[in-house]
Amino acid sequence: MVKKDYSEVLNKIDHIAEKIYSDFEKINIPYLNLPTRTKANIRFDDKLSVWKYGSNTTERSAKSLDGAYMLLRTMYMADFIKEMIKINKSSTLREMYYISEGWDLAKFHSQNESNLLAEDLEVITSCMREDFKLRPEEDGARVIGNLTIEEMTRNNTKKKIHCQDDVGDAGYSIPYNVEPEKITIKSFDADFIVAIETGGMFDRLVENGFDQSHRAVLVHLKGQPARSTRRFIRRLNHESKLPVLVFTDCDPWSYRIFASIAYGAIKTAHISEYLATPSSQYLGVTPSDIENYDLPTDVLTREDINALKSELTDPRFQDSFWKGEIKLQLKLGKKSEQQALAKYGLDYVTDTYLPEKLSEMGITKR
Amino acid sequence: MPKITAHDLAKKQKEISVAEFFERNKHILGFGNQTRALITSVKEGVDNGLDACEEASILPEIYVEIKNHEDSECKIIIEDNGPGVIKKQIPHIFGRLLYGSRFHAIRQSRGQQGIGISAVVLYGQLTTGKHAMITSKVEEDRPAFITELAIDTNKNRADVISRDTEHWEKPSGTRVQVSIVADFKRGKKYVYDYLQSTSIVNPHAQITYKEPDGTVHIFERTSENLPRKAVEIKPHPYGVELGTLIKMAKYTKARQLNSFLKTEFSSMGDRTTNAAIEKAGLEKNINPKEMTRDQFLALHKAFNKVKIMAPSTDCLSPIGETLIKRSLKHETQEISPEFIITASRPANVYSGNPFQIEVGLVYGGSLPKEEPVKILRFANRVPLLYQQGGCVITSAISSIDWRRYGLTQPSGKGVPTGPAIFLAHVSSTQIPFTSESKEAISDVSEIENEVKLAFRECARKVQQHIHKKVRRVKTREKFDLITRILPEIAKKSAHMLDKPVPSLDPIITKIMDVVWIEDLIEYEKVDREPVQTTLVEEGVEKPKEGVITKSKIIVVNYKRQPQKFNLYALIPQDAVVGTATPKPAKITDNYIKWSLDTIQPANKVDVVFELAGLEKGDFDENDLYVENINPTFVIGADKWEGD
Repeated sequence: MVKKDYSEVLNKIDHIAEKIYSDFEKINIPYLNLPTRTKANIRFDDKLSVWKYGSNTTERSAKSLDGAYMLLRTMYMADFIKEMIKINKSSTLREMYYISEGWDLAKFHSQNESNLLAEDLEVITSCMREDFKLRPEEDGARVIGNLTIEEMTRNNTKKKIHCQDDVGDAGYSIPYNVEPEKITIKSFDADFIVAIETGGMFDRLVENGFDQSHRAVLVHLKGQPARSTRRFIRRLNHESKLPVLVFTDCDPWSYRIFASIAYGAIKTAHISEYLATPSSQYLGVTPSDIENYDLPTDVLTREDINALKSELTDPRFQDSFWKGEIKLQLKLGKKSEQQALAKYGLDYVTDTYLPEKLSEMGITKR
Repeated sequence: MPKITAHDLAKKQKEISVAEFFERNKHILGFGNQTRALITSVKEGVDNGLDACEEASILPEIYVEIKNHEDSECKIIIEDNGPGVIKKQIPHIFGRLLYGSRFHAIRQSRGQQGIGISAVVLYGQLTTGKHAMITSKVEEDRPAFITELAIDTNKNRADVISRDTEHWEKPSGTRVQVSIVADFKRGKKYVYDYLQSTSIVNPHAQITYKEPDGTVHIFERTSENLPRKAVEIKPHPYGVELGTLIKMAKYTKARQLNSFLKTEFSSMGDRTTNAAIEKAGLEKNINPKEMTRDQFLALHKAFNKVKIMAPSTDCLSPIGETLIKRSLKHETQEISPEFIITASRPANVYSGNPFQIEVGLVYGGSLPKEEPVKILRFANRVPLLYQQGGCVITSAISSIDWRRYGLTQPSGKGVPTGPAIFLAHVSSTQIPFTSESKEAISDVSEIENEVKLAFRECARKVQQHIHKKVRRVKTREKFDLITRILPEIAKKSAHMLDKPVPSLDPIITKIMDVVWIEDLIEYEKVDREPVQTTLVEEGVEKPKEGVITKSKIIVVNYKRQPQKFNLYALIPQDAVVGTATPKPAKITDNYIKWSLDTIQPANKVDVVFELAGLEKGDFDENDLYVENINPTFVIGADKWEGD
């Protein structure tokens, strides 16, 4: 395994401590500034073609009780990361949450709190979680397609894996670290990449041999995709130049899955350029599909409606396609699932729906 | 049809005895049904006992026992430790309606008409046919007399059925035993409520109550001091009726109109007397006995055209805020309320009758949040249990918008809902009851207004209390931060950089940026007699031994500049100030004032004072005020608005 140089990370972490320490020395109330991580503070970065945090900042000041607790936790977490780097260990976010139990006043009340603070630290230091030797709980999702990947195993040997011949029906499992020191994309022979929200649909496409019949690389997203999945899609797109198509359910939550892949997620906008694939396109299921294909539907719940309305004010959804589709869906008052296509038979999705959509989008010729 | 003449009618016309009248109209006196009859009987007996004890300056010990016999017959026994009633008077007091000592006196008392206890005796006789037994002892080493009584309803006279004597442990007292038809099952809760309420407004009384099943409730005495004795006063011209005026003129010893007015009425000085006579167009030296009806009418009218000073309020005996608070605290112990706040109004007058309002408010604890607030109404220390809706106290409460005081009240009118108990006490020489059963006070605008003002003041205090608490909690959080979190942040940053831990003091002051005032109250049982501290060495009061209330006020300057200001602590009027350090600049009945020396940043000053003459818990929080400093800098004290 390539030995990573952590001196830059250590510098950046110490810098936080220095900031606080100098506040004490200068008799300033200690504080840290970080970008506001909300929908209202993401701006489109023309150079990177992704959404990044804007100029609004939030002050974490010891003036308030909450701010002081945050500062204390930040210090504890920074010290913990420093320690891990020193002894060359890593931990999961969940392990860190449990370790924080011993941090007395600085302990977290939920893992969500500690996860958010880890992200804050990334934002403050412009490092990545991987630099902090922190890894997520969930693994990345699955891949099937005519694609060869070389992975550095835990025995420090390189292993080539062909994502059709060397894997079972479950596909190649994306590791949590997909950086070059861990995996490299050796070769591919495909026309496009389809990122699929549900496991059921992924398995349907695999069973129907869609990857072979249509020269596709299939990636299972497992709902809201993990960072490594998004990073993997980005690398694959970047290195292969294959178009990325996102195939999800037809509801507001699925649109957010697409947005996190295409534009970058609000929570991780500080590293959008690493995670997002700006050229990816939404394949469906769209509200228009509900009408065009006469799909079985469910009624929108109040939460769905609120989420759709919130998306209408989300800067990432401000193009005419999304505005039109979201407004249509609000008018219909309905939502649908990928697997609703089974209404017309198990092969309908691979024989009719996808080919029609792909040619409509200009990916394949009819 | 034979013609009926006036003579025929005259044969049927005869006097109706009061007792006969009662027989037919028992609902008027509160015996309308079997539940009411039970409570009214207990109430009349207890009222009588309390009045008797207070008149004789004896701390009341009242014993109430109800024995529930078969069917719906109850035997009620009420005992007091009052002066007793002499043998000759027993038949009159207990066996005649409208006989009593208090009817003609203008001062505050519970009973007035002399109907109460004899009505109970009569009711018992009517419903059970049994006689009342009255035991009374008037002197320490004499036996007690037992009198068995019946009432002759035609003559409104008592029939003494038998007499006896017995040995009684008590030095003196009276015991009434009456059998009545009553519904104990349904009245049980009310009797308990009535006695508990009575105990709240009569903190000087000890009430023991034994239920038919043997359960004994003791409502303890919380004050060893008898209420101030209400002084009898003369009628006030504003309240007098024309007929009374004429009657008074007939019996006066004065020979001239001006001396009649001056001697027989209260608040009539030379100037007012002359003004009234002039307004009436009369001569001041005419003989009042020879005045015509027209002249009386003119005089009566003139009274209301002249500005006459309010009657003196010596005739009233309010409970006092400290005692109300103490009683409420004692009775609501199990509820463990968040706070108890009281307010009292200065005495006022309606139609010439002096009256005074005192209110209290219990909030929080385990009180139900979804129910209308409980209203405890009292008139001259007697609980009013019925007709809450028709009472001026209720309408006054209903007309206040309670929503901004944290209670729910749809449309801002009506009895609010929330975890609270309201108490209102009206003391007056004459309570304007809506009916003879004395269950509700009628709609007198002066009284309604005063009740409203009192509750508003109470509500304001509640708001202040909450506001103060919120600010304290917030600042307390900051304290937390300073003493616990900040040092940790400093330590951690120093550790990561391998540097010495930086100094925190200046940052602490910077974050706090306030003057923090905190008070601590302790109670100490003492044998020594505290010495009144006065600035002038005179007027030394001798407080009784007991509990010393020690207040410690800690003032910390967390501002970056030195601070110099005046501090005021409010003290209850009935408290005596013991030692106080530093030496106060001023002590009055209501407050202590200190001119504090300059306090440097991050420095603190302890202000300590002692109060005597209070019970433990009477004074549980200091009411602090500051002067000569921007009050927004100060946590724990408000702006001093002057005396």
